[in-house]
Order: sequence, then C-alpha cells, then structure tokens
Amino acid sequence: MNHGSPELTLDLGAFSLTFNLSTVLMLVITAVVVFLIAFIATRNLKLKPTGMQNFMEWIMDFVKGIIKSNMDWKTGGRFHILGITLIMFIAVANLLGLPFSGIIINDQLWWKSPTADPTVTLTLASMVTVLATFYGIRMQGSKHYFGTFFQPMSFMFPLKIIEEFANTLTLGLRLYGNIYAGEILLGLLAGLAGSSVFGFVGAIIPTMAWQGFSIFIGFIQAFIFTMLTMVYLSHKVSADH
Amino acid sequence: MNLDYLVLGSGGHFNGGDVIATLVIFLILMFLLKKFAWGPLMGMMQQREELVASEIEAAENARKESAKVLEEQKSLLKEARTEAQTIVESAKKQGEIQRDEIITAARAEANRLKESAVREIETEKEKAIAAVRAEVVSLSVLAASKVLEKEISEEDNSALIKETIAKAGEAK
Repeated sequence: MNHGSPELTLDLGAFSLTFNLSTVLMLVITAVVVFLIAFIATRNLKLKPTGMQNFMEWIMDFVKGIIKSNMDWKTGGRFHILGITLIMFIAVANLLGLPFSGIIINDQLWWKSPTADPTVTLTLASMVTVLATFYGIRMQGSKHYFGTFFQPMSFMFPLKIIEEFANTLTLGLRLYGNIYAGEILLGLLAGLAGSSVFGFVGAIIPTMAWQGFSIFIGFIQAFIFTMLTMVYLSHKVSADH
Repeated sequence: MNLDYLVLGSGGHFNGGDVIATLVIFLILMFLLKKFAWGPLMGMMQQREELVASEIEAAENARKESAKVLEEQKSLLKEARTEAQTIVESAKKQGEIQRDEIITAARAEANRLKESAVREIETEKEKAIAAVRAEVVSLSVLAASKVLEKEISEEDNSALIKETIAKAGEAK
C-alpha cells in the first residue's frame, strides 16, 4: 500500500513547485470526462428534450433545488454553474478511482481518484471559502461583512475565526477521507485477491459489495460537497444572518 | 506495521503544484462547460420556460374567448327563440283574424244573397199577383159579360168585380 507518488519538482529560483504527476493526470482525465459527458449531452438541444438532454436538465434542476433550499434564486442563481460543475467534477473524480484503483508502475501509484488526494480536496474547499468571502464582501459591503464576525456577541469573534478554518478543513477532509478510505480498502481487497486462489474466491463478494458502496459514497459525497458549498455561500451572502 | 502513510501531510512537503493544477483545471473546466454545455442548455431551458408561459397565456386567452363566444351564442339562440315564438304567435293571431274576417264576409254574402233572393221572390210574387189579378179581372169581365149578357149598372159592375176579386184572392 505504501507506494510512492510520481513527483516532479519545478525549480523556479526563489521557490519550487512540486507536482504529483498522478494527481495532475487524474485531474485532467476527470475534466475531460466531465467535459465530454456535458458536451455530448448538450448537442442537438431541443425544446422537447430527449435522452441525455433529460439527464443534464435533471442535474441542473437538482443543483437548482440545492441552491434554492439555501437562498433565494435571485441571489443564488449566479452560483448555479459553479454548483453543477462541482457536483459533476467531484462525482466523476470519486468514481474514477474505482475501476483501476491501484495501477502501480515502478512502485508509483498512477491511477487513483483525484479526490483521494487531500491537496485537491482542500484546494477545492479553500476555493469555496475564498469565493464565499469574496461574494460576502461584494454583496454585503466590507463593513457589514466584518461586522458579522462580532455577531451576535463580540466575544464570539475567536470562535468565528476558528469556524472559517474549521469549515474549510472539514469540507475538504470529509471528501478526502471518504474516498481515500474507500480506495485503501479496495486496494487491500485487491491484494487479498492477488495473494492466492482462496484469497481470490474469498475477495470476490467483499470487493463487489465495497465497489457498490463506493459508487454510492462517491455520489453522496459529491452531493454533500455541493450542498455544503451552497450552505457556506448562502451564510455569507444572505442578508439575514 | 508502518502507518505513517495514513497521516495527513506525512509526505513532509507541500505540493504547491497540485494546488495550482487543481485550481487551473477546475476553472478551465468550468469556463469551457459554461461556454459549450451549460450556457446553451440554460438558454434552451429558459426558452422552454418562456414557451410554456406563452402557451399557458394563449390557452387562457382562448378559453376566455370561447367563453365569450359561447355566451354570445347563447344570447343569440335565446333571442332567436323569442323571435320565433313571437312570429308563431302573431301568425296565429293573424290567422284567427283572417278566419273571422272570412267567416264574417261569408255570412254577409250569404245574408245578401238570401235577401236578394227574398226580394226577387217578393217582386216575382207581386208581379205574378198583379198578372193574376189583371187576368182575373179580364176573365171575370169576360165571364160576367158572357154569363149575364146584360147591362149592369156601373155600381153593380164595380161591386161585383171587387167581390169576385176578393173571392179570387181568398180562393187562391
């Protein structure tokens, strides 16, 4: 299990950037898959939808429902595209790790879910927090925005600061933990299957069960991430908080 | 058993490149999707919403229009019915009047005919009586002159004639 990552470090003089090539590869694959699904589904758009267009519209309405349950559509409409992209990106990313999880070349793990990498999930979570802060200041004014840190009592200020970081951390780590744990267990089961004939027979049922469960988890986590994103956004941009 | 790999950040270094890669890839994906997928799809959904709204409005208008026309037709039908009734009634009245007129005219005509017949009969009767009288007078005179063959005084003659006439009148 304890495999290395194919890392590449770019030296840029004053500082250096380290890329995990596996993560980058999987991110690109995820993006391409999501783009292809969405692109192919939205060819031949018709007023009377058929086939894939129905599916896409269902996703749009689903995300619209998530946003509407948190804020009014006039405020939340601008986050619609962010929400759809997030939910599809994360769902596809979560599922990508399932089929070939554990492709190892030269003792380096190449194929995995990009969301099984805490850097990726925490980056997405931070992006959400930054967006929430940005829109909070832009739509409420900086005075009101910073005022909310002292509401309802001024001694709540430290807690409010902690809350900001706690939200970001939990948002990212929840996703990472679920997917990473799933992949570790899948990897262990795969190792068991590869150990002997008895191991292979014994591993079939648990592997199938865990893969099914991981598919479920993958969708659920994508939904939760999007839902919490909208909750945090509405918390910042809505006037009545 | 080494569990170090389960510890977050156990790699010991921060993958700044991954952060940038994640952000860049996600934002590019979002931009591309907005341009090629979500934008057109949202436009289509918007269009459909407008279509549905306009269709509903059109249906509502059509419903109102048909209700109005129906009301109109109803009132027209009612009017026509009343008119028909009036026409029938007036025709009936007209017929009655005409019948009365015809009957009256016929009665008058009959009366006239009867009267004229009566008058004619009267006239004929007068005429016949006069003729009979004249005949009777001449016959009487003839008979008297033949029977008596004698001179009769003017008074006797006249009285006799009158008596005979009266007798003739009674005998008749």
